[in-house]
Amino acid sequence: MNNRRAILKAAAVMALAPGVTLIAARAAARAPGEPASAANRWGLLIDTTKCGADCTACVSACKTEMGLTSHGRPLSDPQYIRKVDVADPETGMRHSLPVMCQHCAKPACVDVCPTGASMKRADGIVLVDRHRCIGCRYCMMACPYKARSFTHQDETGQKPYLPRGKGTVEACTLCAHRIDAGRQPACVEACAAHGGGAMLFGDLNDPSSPIARRVATQATSRIRADLGLEPAVRYQGI
Amino acid sequence: MRAAVLAILLALAAGLALGSGAAWAEDGRPALPKAKAGPCIAPPQVMRRSHYVMLLHQRDQTLRLGIRGGKASLKECVACHAADGPDGKPIPVNAPGQFCSSCHEYAAVSIDCFSCHATTPAAPQTASSP
Ligand code: HEC
Ligand code: HEC
Ligand code: HEC
Repeated sequence: MNNRRAILKAAAVMALAPGVTLIAARAAARAPGEPASAANRWGLLIDTTKCGADCTACVSACKTEMGLTSHGRPLSDPQYIRKVDVADPETGMRHSLPVMCQHCAKPACVDVCPTGASMKRADGIVLVDRHRCIGCRYCMMACPYKARSFTHQDETGQKPYLPRGKGTVEACTLCAHRIDAGRQPACVEACAAHGGGAMLFGDLNDPSSPIARRVATQATSRIRADLGLEPAVRYQGI
Repeated sequence: MRAAVLAILLALAAGLALGSGAAWAEDGRPALPKAKAGPCIAPPQVMRRSHYVMLLHQRDQTLRLGIRGGKASLKECVACHAADGPDGKPIPVNAPGQFCSSCHEYAAVSIDCFSCHATTPAAPQTASSP
């Protein structure tokens, strides 16, 4: 089926007059009433060589977008992205990389959830259905990327598009609310505007998308690929 | 609680039979702040009876299937039904005497939706950010 789509797409490109560039039909807003589709597989490509160790543009943009307020306890304050600094002790090579929910194709958090709250949407976005979350935090223990947080106390001033409250687990939604409206995740926008332009967002299932072309032609890696969870977030330069 | 609800619905039906939808607020039953815009997503009789069925259906549709733009959106209820205070700022829709709470208090219903969901409409700048 993938092949057939590719052929159809290629045909469509060829039908364009020569010289007309096809602007990657990326992230068009989904029509109202239409469900997320397995034809898409949203992902991120992060070039760590462009990611500054001191830069936190993505982290602060995420906090603002999602309305994540601090309760003054950095160890338990919710975070959807964190910057992780790694060093190779032998060579001294250092990297700084943003780590968020990796939106795995085979998410461990979904496997362990006793209520079906941890879920993967058809387009590959891994979410917590907070309507079903009982706050047991099995998913937090199962996640090898430490991507999820727990809301420990009452919240106020939530964003209308991101309800969040006490007693439930939460994590990066890949900005599903923006993707559904045809926009880019907030971190990607902020990285391009105020950071090093290290993040690329797109549809890995669409062979003509910039992200799919790059992962097809350049060496990329996934964190802890050995676990076989098949994350949708890929890194370059580590 | 079931009895209270039945009583409401019966009283409601009587009110409607008399042809006065506005009778709701005039006989000791809760007064509801007026909506900011209209019309509602369904006639008032339907809304009173079935709003929570619609809401609970749509929350699964939106969150689990990713369907946007359905009419029974909690965001949209709040956008229309959160009244403005004297200072021009919106009053939380679940504050005492406000739209969702006045009625629920009367009918002894308690909902947890607003421990997560925003109780006032989006500020204009977030609504229109690119
Ligand atoms: C523990 C937090 C939490 C609670 C409590 C909660 N929700 Fe939600 N709700 C969410 C999240 C998170 C979303 C996803 C928002 C999105 O992607 O737009 C959501 C989405 C929705 C949506 C679809 C989006 C919209 O605004 O239309 C509806 C409808 C909804 N919830 C209804 C309810 C109702 C009714 C209740 C109370 C019975 C409730 N929710 C309680 C967290 C919560
Ligand atoms: C476009 C604006 C709008 C939206 C969106 C909207 N409403 Fe309404 N609603 C109204 C208006 C106008 C009325 C008529 C009564 C009034 O003027 O306040 C009404 C009436 C009602 C009533 C009957 C009140 C009575 O008189 O007994 C209920 C219950 C209700 N709405 C619930 C909801 C819920 C729940 C939602 C979200 C799923 C919602 N409404 C969304 C505008 C809106
Ligand atoms: C006209 C009165 C009235 C208004 C106004 C009203 N409700 Fe209700 N609501 C009820 C009644 C009565 C019930 C209980 C129905 C039952 O249990 O059979 C209820 C139940 C609910 C439930 C299900 C609760 C549960 O435990 O299953 C939700 C969710 C809900 N309302 C949301 C809202 C929201 C959100 C608003 C404001 C936008 C609102 N309601 C405004 C009368 C009202």
